[in-house]
Amino acid sequence: MSFDPYLAEIRFGTGLSPNAAPPASSDAILAALRGPDLAAEAFPIPLFSEAEPRLKLLRRQAAMRRESDAAMERFAASRNQASAVHQNNFRRILTRGVRTHDGFRERLTAFWANHFPLRAKIGPMTHLVTPFVEEAIRPNITGRFADLLKAVATHPMMVIYLDQGQSVGPGSPFGTRTGRGLNENLARELLELHTLGVGNSYDQSDIRQLAELLTGLSWDDTEGRVFQTNWAEPGSETVLGRTYSDDGSLETIFAALEDIAAHPSTAHHIATKIARHFVSDTPSTSLIEAMAAAYSANGTDLMSVYSALLDHPDAWLRYGIDAPVRNKARTHQDWVQAALRALDIALVDVAPDVARTYVLQRLRLMGQPWEQPPGPDGWPEEAEAWVTPPAMAARVTWAMQAPSFLMADLPDPRDFVAIALGPFAPPEVKFAAGAAENRAAGIGMVLCSSAFQRR
Amino acid sequence: MQRRAFLTGLGAIGCSAAASPLLTPMAFASGPWDNRLVVLILRGAMDGLDVVAPLEDQTFLDLRPGLSTQSHLAATSQFGLHPSLSALLPLWQAGEFGAVHAVSTPYRDKRSHFDGQDILEAGLPDLYGDLVGQRGRDGWLNRMIQTLPGLTSEIAYSIGADQMEVLNGSAPFARWAPEARLQLSPATEQLLAVVQHQDPLFREATAEALEIAAATSSDGAAAQVPAHIRAAAFAAQRLSAQSRIASFSLGGWDTHFRQKQTINRALERLAETILTLKDGLGPVWQQTAVLCLTEFGRTARENGTGGTDHGTGGAMLYAGGALRGGQVAGDWPGLHDLYADRDLMPTRDIRAHAGWVMRGLFGLDASVIEQAVFPGLELGAASRILL
Repeated sequence: MSFDPYLAEIRFGTGLSPNAAPPASSDAILAALRGPDLAAEAFPIPLFSEAEPRLKLLRRQAAMRRESDAAMERFAASRNQASAVHQNNFRRILTRGVRTHDGFRERLTAFWANHFPLRAKIGPMTHLVTPFVEEAIRPNITGRFADLLKAVATHPMMVIYLDQGQSVGPGSPFGTRTGRGLNENLARELLELHTLGVGNSYDQSDIRQLAELLTGLSWDDTEGRVFQTNWAEPGSETVLGRTYSDDGSLETIFAALEDIAAHPSTAHHIATKIARHFVSDTPSTSLIEAMAAAYSANGTDLMSVYSALLDHPDAWLRYGIDAPVRNKARTHQDWVQAALRALDIALVDVAPDVARTYVLQRLRLMGQPWEQPPGPDGWPEEAEAWVTPPAMAARVTWAMQAPSFLMADLPDPRDFVAIALGPFAPPEVKFAAGAAENRAAGIGMVLCSSAFQRR
Repeated sequence: MQRRAFLTGLGAIGCSAAASPLLTPMAFASGPWDNRLVVLILRGAMDGLDVVAPLEDQTFLDLRPGLSTQSHLAATSQFGLHPSLSALLPLWQAGEFGAVHAVSTPYRDKRSHFDGQDILEAGLPDLYGDLVGQRGRDGWLNRMIQTLPGLTSEIAYSIGADQMEVLNGSAPFARWAPEARLQLSPATEQLLAVVQHQDPLFREATAEALEIAAATSSDGAAAQVPAHIRAAAFAAQRLSAQSRIASFSLGGWDTHFRQKQTINRALERLAETILTLKDGLGPVWQQTAVLCLTEFGRTARENGTGGTDHGTGGAMLYAGGALRGGQVAGDWPGLHDLYADRDLMPTRDIRAHAGWVMRGLFGLDASVIEQAVFPGLELGAASRILL
């Protein structure tokens, strides 16, 4: 089993395109990833620190909205502005996936965003989730995991989502004065989901100690990440057997995150998650170990991990040919993304209300509302979670109807088979595309084929 | 999910719609029982101490100076119900809504939602032991169905867009999200089977979608009806027909912060769900048991942010004419002796109550429950929630 350009585009990219040639080699994939982020330049998303309307303004307007009709109107206007920004973010992100020649970057961004999932939690802030990913995740996916972890775990959006902004050291000056106390949520998810993996190498005392160590970490709408010294629990903390400075500060938090990132359990957890996402719901031990070893040997460097992944023969197993069972199903979002790419539909060129009705709202109906993961463990991986009767009802309906609303002239279904599935087009799909009762149904057949819904 | 066999090869495909096995009428089998069971999973860990509050316990008032000051509804001499459940008070008084206190799954100490929910739905002591290795990850409702051969998938419904692990497993069950729609021409339906025929997972899920859509196309569930109401109405409709078991989930229980403001909506949704089930079931409500299970309770103390954190012991709510409501059952341990100095001490395994309900409703032998449904569980003394 070795590199195949079409498999590369399907498995590690956003799917086959009529306009972009698939990558020539694993090295070409990695070289594109090392190079400039061209898709982000072409379809920009504001960074969290710059995105409007600001959270502080929205919260102030929300609090005051009942005071007068004018206040209510101001709040409604800001909320509408936020909603338009949110939908604009959505259209640009999906357009990146359609136009890119560096699809692995899009998939990795989505993978890491789902490794550190969060939802808009307080007030009207859904328009800030994409800017969070753009600021904290996307620039860090080609560096060290430790740096990615530091950027995400201390970011205002994560601090808000996992209640860190309300966690106060009970023995801190502020805690003593107000009687307020700890909230363990961020500490727990950090160990359980972001790094070590559930049940691995830690106990309740580590969670408690890490929660104490994290006190002082908070957020502010104007400054972003802040450290409030008078909220920090005094004294040193011991996490996973290491004792950290009694000097409450961001540096102490970073030192602990650096050690947790380097832990062997984290290496194994991260390697397993990447392998499960990209290759198989049940990846081989050999693949996981190769990636974990690259992670640990290179100081949590993620490019080394991706390189170990693409160099491993198991990454190129052709399921259904080399291996008996195909077991990765495209998520709803990835399936819609691949369909838009194969049809060359750039959502930035589609009317906003059409994009909302036929893409954004349909993802919700399929069961994957955009940027609303079910919990801090993110979207599931296993095919059985995606391929269900209600989801199939929504996918089939979308495949038969939506392309006609999103583009002017549908391609000939007989040509579309080759565009969408390349050399992997099964004979029965070629047959069905040509036998369908009309053009829309023919396109729908290709999109609904199990070959197109797998990767 | 095992379904009837559909297409096995291209040779079966003709150009005539009549040849499509997808159009074969579904065989509806009557359930072997008259009683109905609805399992609601309350995801996020419901705070049992706030919902069924031990108002006569001074320790409770001391541990929760902020949260204990609301006007709870008088339920028993010892406990008050959260005011957001006021719509269910008539059911409580009629003996059709009740609670069991100080229960938990066998899950201890890690306090993770995801593991807690997995253990609750697996019905096993843990997720890593021999029991899991032997049988793989299936849910206890599915194992219960497995003990009864010859049932069709209509017997049990998993409802909603998220996966209900409690019903997952090798025994047949149906799955649907009431908001889904699917209408295709016969020719398109037939070709769809062609392009998925080599992949059983897709083939069977789509075939099932087409069948359910055809069987329920008259449902006028309007888009503006909230999802929990739609799910409850759909469950009531199916349970009034051939189905006997339904399961879906309700979220919004993870109240770390400002619980007074955040738990209200979750409780109102729960009340609306139960009342929708009751209305939709009509006379069948008298043969129905609704169990509301959550992964664990929450800390006995209020936290520093007006909320509560992940705990251990909690409360199970239940409803339906097939159970004895109007009471807070269970052995109340008080709040002096806390589990790990932080959580309500569980005094009984929640699986024992669920097991007794299945025994009472469906007549399962105790040995079947202790060996197949909840392997390793000792059922113990009869649950007081049975009639």
